[in-house]
Amino acid sequence: METIWFVLVALMLTIYVVLDGFDLGAGIVHHAAAKTEAERRGILRAIGPVWDGNEVWLIAAGGTLFFSFPVLYAASFSGFYLPLMMVLWLLMLRALGIELRGHVDDPVWRRFWDFTFASSSAALTMFLGVALGNVIRGVPIGADRVFFEPLWTDFLPFGRTGILDWYTVLIGVVALAALAVHGANYIALKTQGQVQMRARQLGQRAGWGFTVLAVVSLGATLYVRPDMIGNYRVHVWGWLIPLVVVGGLVGMHHARTRQRDLPAFLFFSACLVGMFAGVAFGLYPRVLPSTLDPRFDLTVWNSAAHSYGLRVGLIWWSIAAVLAAAYFIFLYRAFRGKVTLEGDGY
Amino acid sequence: MDDPVLMHRLHFAFTITYHYLFPQVTMGLALLIVVLKSLGLARGDARYDQAARFWAKIFAVNFVFGVITGIPMEFQFGTNWARFSTAAGGVIGQTLAMEGMFAFFLESSFLGLFLFGEKRLGRVGHFMAAVMVFLGSWLSGYFIIVTNAWMQRPVGHSVGPDGTIHLDDFWALLNNDWAFWQFLHNMGGAVVTGSFLMASLGAFYVLGRKDVEYGRMFLRVGVIAGFLATLWQMYPSGDAQGQNVARHQPPSFAGMQALFKTEQPAPIHLIGQPNTAEQRLDNPITIPAVLSFLTYRRWGAEVKGLDAFPRDEWPDNIPLLYYSYHIMVGLGTIFIAIMVVAAFLLWRRLLDRSAWMLWILMLSFPFPFIANTAGWFTAELGRQPWLVYGLMRTVDGASTHVSAGNALFTLLGFMGMYTVLSMLYVLLMWREIDHGPRHGT
Repeated sequence: METIWFVLVALMLTIYVVLDGFDLGAGIVHHAAAKTEAERRGILRAIGPVWDGNEVWLIAAGGTLFFSFPVLYAASFSGFYLPLMMVLWLLMLRALGIELRGHVDDPVWRRFWDFTFASSSAALTMFLGVALGNVIRGVPIGADRVFFEPLWTDFLPFGRTGILDWYTVLIGVVALAALAVHGANYIALKTQGQVQMRARQLGQRAGWGFTVLAVVSLGATLYVRPDMIGNYRVHVWGWLIPLVVVGGLVGMHHARTRQRDLPAFLFFSACLVGMFAGVAFGLYPRVLPSTLDPRFDLTVWNSAAHSYGLRVGLIWWSIAAVLAAAYFIFLYRAFRGKVTLEGDGY
Repeated sequence: MDDPVLMHRLHFAFTITYHYLFPQVTMGLALLIVVLKSLGLARGDARYDQAARFWAKIFAVNFVFGVITGIPMEFQFGTNWARFSTAAGGVIGQTLAMEGMFAFFLESSFLGLFLFGEKRLGRVGHFMAAVMVFLGSWLSGYFIIVTNAWMQRPVGHSVGPDGTIHLDDFWALLNNDWAFWQFLHNMGGAVVTGSFLMASLGAFYVLGRKDVEYGRMFLRVGVIAGFLATLWQMYPSGDAQGQNVARHQPPSFAGMQALFKTEQPAPIHLIGQPNTAEQRLDNPITIPAVLSFLTYRRWGAEVKGLDAFPRDEWPDNIPLLYYSYHIMVGLGTIFIAIMVVAAFLLWRRLLDRSAWMLWILMLSFPFPFIANTAGWFTAELGRQPWLVYGLMRTVDGASTHVSAGNALFTLLGFMGMYTVLSMLYVLLMWREIDHGPRHGT
């Protein structure tokens, strides 16, 4: 039962990254892809009806994590206190950037919110990557199952660690590159003309950058956490996951060179899913490793809620997930196709 | 300032108080927008659709502010209240996760459709989108209330040997009888806020001779909804919720009423200042025996005062609890008076010409926010010193390893952020109001 919930939480986080990832990515490449006012409005129209629903996956994943692994939720949220509060502030700024930009018809106002939207999207992506880096590297959990991480110490991923060290920052940069690709792919899919051309180019370039970074980060991960490979040694079928990542990446590059936007977007989504699955597979059954002693690792077994709650939760969660999927299919169908730069957009 | 628990309490209190300014608007307006859309469908009158479009814009601004100030609330259970979350996450995590899974997906998806998709959806489809947004926002309110109700009156759980609280009965959690009336009372409060806003803006347009046609429509819908909602807040929902408190949290009830000594029959205190040192009410204005009747429906019934309970079960801030409760009830009574007179004038077709009443309505819009806030202060201060009533004390729930300094740092950060938010909010609301309902799509 605990394993099922581990898979479900990982799945929700993955869906969050794939869906909110493209609107975060749209923010990252906002200034590079769109130059004129009409073009920038076009990008915001492309994410306008969906970004809020996408972000709900983060909140829903957080809630699901809370009830299925309360010990993990409490330990990680209080341990990552400062960076999480900054994530909250960035989420606020970003939402304001998206929503308030169009409210006042003034170039200075719009330029300010464009900047806010772009910079907070990039910073948030960095933070989320850094957070993932921290989970992989591990945190100083003691016997009392709590910890508190300062923002930085000596920037080394060993000994007395901080939130930021060279490894976690590297993962942050990987995340930035990944979502830049993802955002560019989405914009190419939803727009036409100049913006589309630029987005395609950006997608291609960022795609190469990401490929290099992904290889580097893989090496770094195995250096910082050699035991991430353990599960792959035991369960050979796990190697399917890196296959998906490589396949997605190759497919994306292939589709990009032929200017086929939908396959490029889908292939790269598969690549993101594969990367998350790979991390989850490598971590299991740990959910937050301890850097002090493997005995203090938080695992699915010692951080989960009582079994009755998990069983009941599975019933309502399944119902809600089917409903949510239905809303999303309806929502994306209603807003399918390209946005127009003139008029009211849809 | 170096008491971490106090810092964590202030942190949560500040962020939740600010947050709840917005959901009460969206939950109230969600219902009123459905009313406008159904009037438009039923009467085939496009002006109602135009009005709905205008209120949707107001709704959207409030929704954004509600979402971005709401995410910190879920986070803070983990960040600032780690020991509480570790112990009770298996129970309250259920309902908080259900809010995300059932309510937020519904609300956010259909809000996107409602705001951006009127042309693509058609008339009936757009009406349905409004209904779904309404359902989503009220469902969200329900799950939050169920969560809070469990903290007020824990049911359906057991406590393990290590102090962890397990969920034993899912239906008991959802059907908590505290939650039933608390939900209805809370949603009534949201409708009061929404309808006062609508009536107030209607009065503004009529008094300013600007968009008078829409102003009259807003007055009509706002005053009728406000009339029903303000009465509902007193009876049955307020009355029933008061009895819940008297039954399940008698020390809180005594604190709300500033009833220091057990009395038979017990009087009700209308005005007065609690003097906790002397354990009495200064300068009281009192009506004998009324509290006995309101609580037990018998004029001669005994009502337990604070002296009947051990000192360490008393709410830890009796004056603020007493004032919060009295501000809520006092304002509620004034709201009823305003809405009864306004509804009478509306019925006699005199409201548009009664400038004095329009001024009162126009200036009344801030007070429902105060009343709703005071209501929640009553609930939360009344629960003290417990975090989960009778199970876990507030001092035992905070994160131990997040220092007071770190908590103060982020509290100041939120204060700065929310100051900026407030300025933007006023600016945006003013622009929408100034723009008026006739313009734009």
